[in-house]
Formats: sequence, structure tokens, C-alpha cells
Amino acid sequence: MSIVVERVSKKFGNFQALEDININVESGKLVALLGPSGSGKSTLLRTIAGLEIPDTGSIVINGQDTTYLDIRKRNIGFVFQHYALFKHLTVRQNIAFGLEIRKTPRQAIKRKVDELIELVQLRGLGDRYPNQLSGGQRQRVGLARALAVDPQVLLLDEPFGALDAKVRKELRDWVRRLHDEVHLTSIFVTHDQEEAMAVADEIVVMNHGRIEQIGSPDEVYENPATPFVMSFVGEVNVLRNARSLLSNAYLSSSSSPVYIRPHDIDIDTFPHPGSVSTMLVRIIPIGWEIQLELQIEENFTIAAQINREQLNQLDLQVGQQVYLKPRNVKSFPEFAHSSQQHFTSVNVK
Amino acid sequence: MAISSPSYQAADKIKPKQSYWSKISLPWVVTITHLSIVLLLPMAALITKSLTVGPREFWEVATQPVAISAYEVSFVTALFACMINGVMGTIIAWVLVRYQFPGKKIIDATIDIPFALPTSVAGLVLAALYTTNGWLGQLVAPFGIAIAFTRLGVLIAMLFISIPFVVRTVQPVLMELEPEIEEAAWSLGASASQTFRRVLLPILLPSILTGVALGFARAVGEYGTVVLIASSVPFRDLIAPILVLQRLEQYDYGSAAVIGTVLLIASLIILLIVNLLQQWSRCYAD
Repeated sequence: MSIVVERVSKKFGNFQALEDININVESGKLVALLGPSGSGKSTLLRTIAGLEIPDTGSIVINGQDTTYLDIRKRNIGFVFQHYALFKHLTVRQNIAFGLEIRKTPRQAIKRKVDELIELVQLRGLGDRYPNQLSGGQRQRVGLARALAVDPQVLLLDEPFGALDAKVRKELRDWVRRLHDEVHLTSIFVTHDQEEAMAVADEIVVMNHGRIEQIGSPDEVYENPATPFVMSFVGEVNVLRNARSLLSNAYLSSSSSPVYIRPHDIDIDTFPHPGSVSTMLVRIIPIGWEIQLELQIEENFTIAAQINREQLNQLDLQVGQQVYLKPRNVKSFPEFAHSSQQHFTSVNVK
Repeated sequence: MAISSPSYQAADKIKPKQSYWSKISLPWVVTITHLSIVLLLPMAALITKSLTVGPREFWEVATQPVAISAYEVSFVTALFACMINGVMGTIIAWVLVRYQFPGKKIIDATIDIPFALPTSVAGLVLAALYTTNGWLGQLVAPFGIAIAFTRLGVLIAMLFISIPFVVRTVQPVLMELEPEIEEAAWSLGASASQTFRRVLLPILLPSILTGVALGFARAVGEYGTVVLIASSVPFRDLIAPILVLQRLEQYDYGSAAVIGTVLLIASLIILLIVNLLQQWSRCYAD
């Protein structure tokens, strides 16, 4: 069941929530809408669901124009960030809700609910109320409830947003595996680039109500189309006046900012041709991954990333002089004028 | 023991048993003293007074026809009033929570007027409005309907004084209720009326009933407003609290206390129900 979003725009008062959105989700794909808060990703999802009506443009689900179709008739499954379970109903009753509305025979409801409880791994918890479940379990109920009505498409609004880190990771891996089994066309909203890359077949990066890039996780990470994508998907150093510092062949002639991923920087304790001398001001060990804060000059530091093994080999100490050399550098000359007002990056130094 | 501090409990295990009274803390003493003087003593006095008449006479006074009729006027009218307010109050709470409109804050504040306004003032205003030549009374008078000095007047007074209860108990529950709950129901195919019946009403019902019961208790106990808008003629629109006053005016303290005791027992039962309802309304909370 494909989803086609065509030239959709939506305004709330003076706020342009969506601007000329075009997306084509192929049947059976799992797509992430990725962006910071206020980027319009939730509005887009709600528009596809029928909870919002676009000012212009159309939504076509499985060949049928549903732009103005009531949400009740779209036959979509919707999963909410804060679960939105019916707290006066048990797990079984929650899952059965959509089937009862459809006047499904009692025996069929029972069979379907049993099947779904098994699928979302909640066996033995069917008679509990939502307030007797953990966050992860509640979201599984939310999923089962949405799947019960055999929806054409599944829409998930920050489905893991309210969960703690460990449960979030478990549940998202499980959702990916579930999708591989069920192959239901799905769109989920997230502000977490790691989550989008781990789960989705395709990522739609959004900012300020517009689409910045659509592509596979690899494409979006390796070949970011805009400075925003570069800085939002993955960590990045933005060097605004890099020419004087890194006077080497990487740099284009224009004066546009230069983007370097922390892991695209080679570190050594002695100089190489073209390397830059810096002072190591901070070592942040995050398990296997080690982040280094390197000061090039006063008020100008750059983040680099190495692993624990490299740290031990180089025997780095805070305050020591180290030499860095970027391996991979990117710039967006075509965005030279717009980039600054466009976004604030994660690692502007 | 609830009244002893934790350090005392620890000492208990080592030291020989201390006397019960040495463990009593000051806040507990203050609580009991205050409650005794303000609440328990008057209740005890009322019951004692009513028991000065023998059990047989108690029964006779409590069940004499004029008293039965007064209970009936009080309880049945209050029931109607708070059921009407159960519906209206829920709608008002819904509008106050979900709608944005100019003057909303003022309307929200107005809801509490029956709490603050002296009941005699309220009675005065209602009587002026609903007598046959009052603003509203003259509108229905041509149809042969009299409001003031009839049971309808009692109903109006009870509606007035019990309106805040349902609004104020339903409002916080509605504010906590995320709109996503309704959207979830819609996404599963539920119509507006199905969403209301199967999702919203069951969640709101405990707080609606709590408000209804509180309003009922208040309406049954109301005196000041009703005395001005009712004729207080026995068997017509005489409510039980006014009957108590009439007995006192006749220096018949014994039967005033008997009817008072019946009302006291009724209030205690209502409060028990309110408590159970509140427990029920909390059972789905996180």
C-alpha cells in the first residue's frame, strides 16, 4: 500500500508548518520523518493520518485520494508518543476496541486479540490495565491496538520518545524485525537521527516545514544534500573561517563554511605534512568511543573521535600537543548565503 | 503505630514497652482537639439531644407524615437538581477546558459564585427573578407555571447552589485527558458518539458522579437560598432543614434534634458514597 504526498502545504496562523511537501512511499517500506522539533514532521504525519487537513496538495493512499477523507474511514493504524491507551480498558479490551467498533464477531475478536498479544509479546498480561504496565509494554499495546484493524498503513508519532534509553533501543529493534515480518507500509516520526538510521529503509529529513533530503540512511549520512542534513544527521564540526587554518587542497575556493565529521579526523602526536597543531583540552570517554576536544586557538576548538585502542596507543594526556589532519571535508558553496540562518549545528565551535 | 515517629519505633525494640501516651506527638493532639471541638462534639450533642426522647418516640417523630414529606421534597428535588447539573456541569467543564473564547477566565471564575455568595443574597435574587412578576417568572406565568414558592423554586435554588461541584470535579480530569485519547479512538474507526460513549464517558464518569454526590449533599443541606424562594408550606415545598427550624421556633427541641439526626445520618451515608466514588476515580490513574 503506497503513500503519495503531493505538493502539500499547511499553515497554522502565520506559521508555515509544511511547505510544498512531496513524498512517495513505496508499498512495504518503513520510512522515517526526521527533524528537530518544529520542523513539521509530526504535522506531516498527522496530515497523512487525516488528523490535519492540508491547505493545498493531496494525500494519496494506495491509489485513492484521501486528502479530505475522514480519519475514521482511512483505515490507518496510528501509534502515539504517549501511548494514548484507553486507561479504563484492559490490554485485551484496548486491542479489541477497533474490532468491536467494526462489529467483528466475538470469536474472531478473541482469535485476533490472542494472536496480537502473542505477536507483541504480552502473553499473560491481557487482563492488566495500562497503569499496571511499563512504558515499553504500553507502547506494545499501542502497536497491537493499531495493528488489530488490519490497517493499510501504520503511522507512528515518536513511538519510542517517552521510553528510557535501553527499552527504546530494544523496542525499536523489535519494531524493525516486526516490520520485516509483516511488511506493512509504515511511516514513523523521530528527532533522533540514530533511531532513524537504525530502523528506517528511507529517511526524510525535514527542517522548517520543508524537506531537506530524502534517501537511504547511508545516502543521508554519506552524501548529505544540505548543510542542515550534514549537521543534523551525525556529529559535525563547522569551520566558518577554515581557509587560514587548513590551507590544503580540500578547500574549495569559496568562503563557505567547511564541515568535518569528528571521526574523519586523523590524530597523531607528531606533525605530518598538512597537519595542524592543536592542544588537547578534554578527553570524553564514552565506552569504546573516545571524544577529544582539540583547541586550535583561543575560543576555537574542534571535536575529534577516536576509539579506546587508539587512545591507548597514542597515550594521550590532557594539555598535550597533538596534530590533526582531516581525512574528509565537505562544503556547500551553493548554500553559502543561506546556511547561517538556516540552522544551528550540533558542534559549532 | 501511625502517631509515633520512626525513632520511637526503633527504640521500641530495645527498651521495655513504653506507655502509649508518651508517644503522642503534638500535631496529633492538635488535630484531635480541634476536630473534637468543631466536629465531633456538635454531632455527639445532636445525637444525645435526639436520644432524650425514647426510641419509640424517636421513630414516631422521625416518620411522621410532615417529616416524610419534607425528606421527600429535600432528597428528590436535590436528586433532580444534581442530575441536571451532572449533565450541564460536564458540558460546561468541557467547554471551559477545550474551547478558547474571550471572557473565558471570567466565566470560569463565575462558576464559584455560589460558593462565595451569602445564600440569603442568592435567595433574594432568585426570588426576585422567579416570582410571577419577576423577569423570568413573568415569562412562564401566562402558561400557568409558578416557579417561586413552589417545588420548582426549590429546584432552581438547588440548581444554583450545586452547579460548581460537578464543574470543579470534572474540570481537572478533563485537563489531564490528552486529546490523543480521542484521536486514538477515531483512528480505530469510532464515530464521535462512539468515542464519547465508549472512551470519554467511562473515564469521566467517576468524577461526574463524585461531583453529583457532593452537589447532592450540598443541595440537601441548603437552607438560606431555599427559605427565600419556597413558601415552606408542609406537604408542598417544605424541605427538611426548614422543618427543623420550624420545630425550633415552636420550642420543640426534641423533635428538631430527631429530624436533625436523620439528616446527619443521611449526610454521612452520602459522604461515604463520595469517598468510594473518589477511590474509584483514582483507580485508572498512573
